[in-house]
Amino acid sequence: MGTISLKNISKSFGSTQVLNNLNVDINDGEFLTLVGPSGCGKSTLLRIIAGLEQQTSGDVLIDNKNVNRVRASERDLAMVFQSYALYPHLTVRRNLETPLRLRDYNAFERLPLIGNFSPSKKEKTESINQLVNKTSETLKISELLDRKPGQLSGGQRQRVALGRAMVREPVAFLMDEPLSNLDAALRVHMRSELSELHNSLKTTFVYVTHDQAEALTMSSRMAVMIDGNLLQLDTPQEVYDNPSSLSVAQFVGSPKINIFKGTADSGGTVSFLNVNLKRKSSESNTDLHIGIRPEHLEITNESNENTFSGTVAYRENLGSDIFFHVNIEDGSNKIIVRGLPQFTHQISNGFNVNIKRVSDKALLFNQAGMRVQFTNA
Amino acid sequence: MEAKQYIGEGWKHAILIIGAIVVMLPFYMMVSMSLKSQQEIQSISGGLIGAQETQTFPVCVKTGYSEETCTMKPYQYNYWFAFEKAPIPRYLMNGVIVTLSIFIIQVLVALPCAYALAKLRFYGREFVFSMVLFCLLIPVHGIALPLYVMLAQAGLVDTYSALILPWTISVFGIFLMRQFFMTVPDELIDAARMDGMGEYAIVWKVMLPTAIPALLAFAIFSVVAHWNDYFWPRMVITGNRDLFTPPLGIREFRGGIDSDEFGPMMASIVTVTVPLIVAFIIAQKRFIEGITLTGMK
Repeated sequence: MGTISLKNISKSFGSTQVLNNLNVDINDGEFLTLVGPSGCGKSTLLRIIAGLEQQTSGDVLIDNKNVNRVRASERDLAMVFQSYALYPHLTVRRNLETPLRLRDYNAFERLPLIGNFSPSKKEKTESINQLVNKTSETLKISELLDRKPGQLSGGQRQRVALGRAMVREPVAFLMDEPLSNLDAALRVHMRSELSELHNSLKTTFVYVTHDQAEALTMSSRMAVMIDGNLLQLDTPQEVYDNPSSLSVAQFVGSPKINIFKGTADSGGTVSFLNVNLKRKSSESNTDLHIGIRPEHLEITNESNENTFSGTVAYRENLGSDIFFHVNIEDGSNKIIVRGLPQFTHQISNGFNVNIKRVSDKALLFNQAGMRVQFTNA
Repeated sequence: MEAKQYIGEGWKHAILIIGAIVVMLPFYMMVSMSLKSQQEIQSISGGLIGAQETQTFPVCVKTGYSEETCTMKPYQYNYWFAFEKAPIPRYLMNGVIVTLSIFIIQVLVALPCAYALAKLRFYGREFVFSMVLFCLLIPVHGIALPLYVMLAQAGLVDTYSALILPWTISVFGIFLMRQFFMTVPDELIDAARMDGMGEYAIVWKVMLPTAIPALLAFAIFSVVAHWNDYFWPRMVITGNRDLFTPPLGIREFRGGIDSDEFGPMMASIVTVTVPLIVAFIIAQKRFIEGITLTGMK
């Protein structure tokens, strides 16, 4: 109860194409993240699922029912917005009640004063109160119920916004960058809370973010979107280890993946700088991009045909890790290498270092930016 | 604070005080004259409230009251005679009926219009909005005659409708509210739609409460303009004194066989002005509350 299918969704505003024939199947109870740089169309896609925006072509199916012509309020989805969008003139309690009142009361019961004469209203009011109390206990906002949104901190507003989405027990939650207005520490904290909430609710979450760290930490699957195209849809680990294209590899992972210019000779053997990978690519006789993540490079004392050297330009100490920004000797690249503090504490800016790669971790991309596989292990 | 700063502040206050005196002086004259006797007014003596000697007022006697009834203190006489000579409560009530009806209908029209112009995407929106701006440029007096002719054709001259109908669509109100609605975040409206509100419910339950400060500003413009309006009621209320608005009522005290008697006239003006001033003071307090209410982010 909570599957969402997007079939051949396209959207254009005037002559600008924002979404390009997207197909996504979201499973019941899944935490799916739509991730991509700003302007990639991920928010538009979410608004199309919500029914706030109409797709130019394609179908949206919720629980296998086509909802193209169904209004936002009748799709039984709840949405959490970046600015929280709480009703500023209502107390927290009324904010939480509003979606329930609109769903449960009929038009007559919603009238002020005379609506109270309806015999069924009392019962409905009680069930609404119960739901509001239950939700506010889950989110630990019971003591805030009588305040107005203006009197709450950012984190509290965030919870209230979540609560307003939860009370209705919708088939799926849609979240549009809900953490981006919080400060860094709270954001990291809320990540784990959201994951826990997802585990306990077991409802489908569709989560939009431009922050690849949020996507990697929280989602069961992530969809990487760039320029209105869906580039890869897979588990975070798979997207990280096995990106389908150069853009995905560069977008996911922090610090960014290092890209070297390399070549495949007529036999398909791949090499870059002075290093021979001793592996064959499926494309031969061509220039390639070789991607190696910072943690797959090591600073070493050796100097042989498997290492290359450079000068440390900047030493970035994060405590648990140290990242070295290294200028490669031929001047073509500036790369980032991870070092463990205990081995590299004596290395500082201006040092000349040798760098070794961890074998089997390089990723190949062709000139068009598409992934190229190795032919032998 | 240093002495220099005191002098700087002093200058500012001196200028502001002079400005305040210039603005307040006519009000002072009005209140003062409404309390004094005719002789004191004409001889410009007696300060703020005059000597308040009990006396018999000749105009009152000429009107047909006994000398005994006409003997009292000037401030009593001025207010008593103002209410005797003209049905001031009736005029005030007419004023309230007309200004409130105008304001309420203006809001009923302007809010949905402003919402549509600010937040809905539809074909021709820019054109409609430019027409609104265009209408702002049309002076009322320019279209007064055609309006009057139309009302006369419809047989509405000398009715409340004639006082109210021409003002029910306020392009200024639409423009003002539209500008305010532009600042309301789209996400708030989307949230309301997700919660299940229709477009009209959004206008009245979400946009209206957030727009209270702007609405109060508009209320002050609208109510003051129509409460004080003399031009339009003078045109469409031709004979029926029961429909006189306060400014028309004040005219009753001008001229006539008794010559101008300023005391009762000023007393009636005070009575007409006070409700507006009180309303404004109350509104001003709410106005400030309204501004602090904005708790979006």
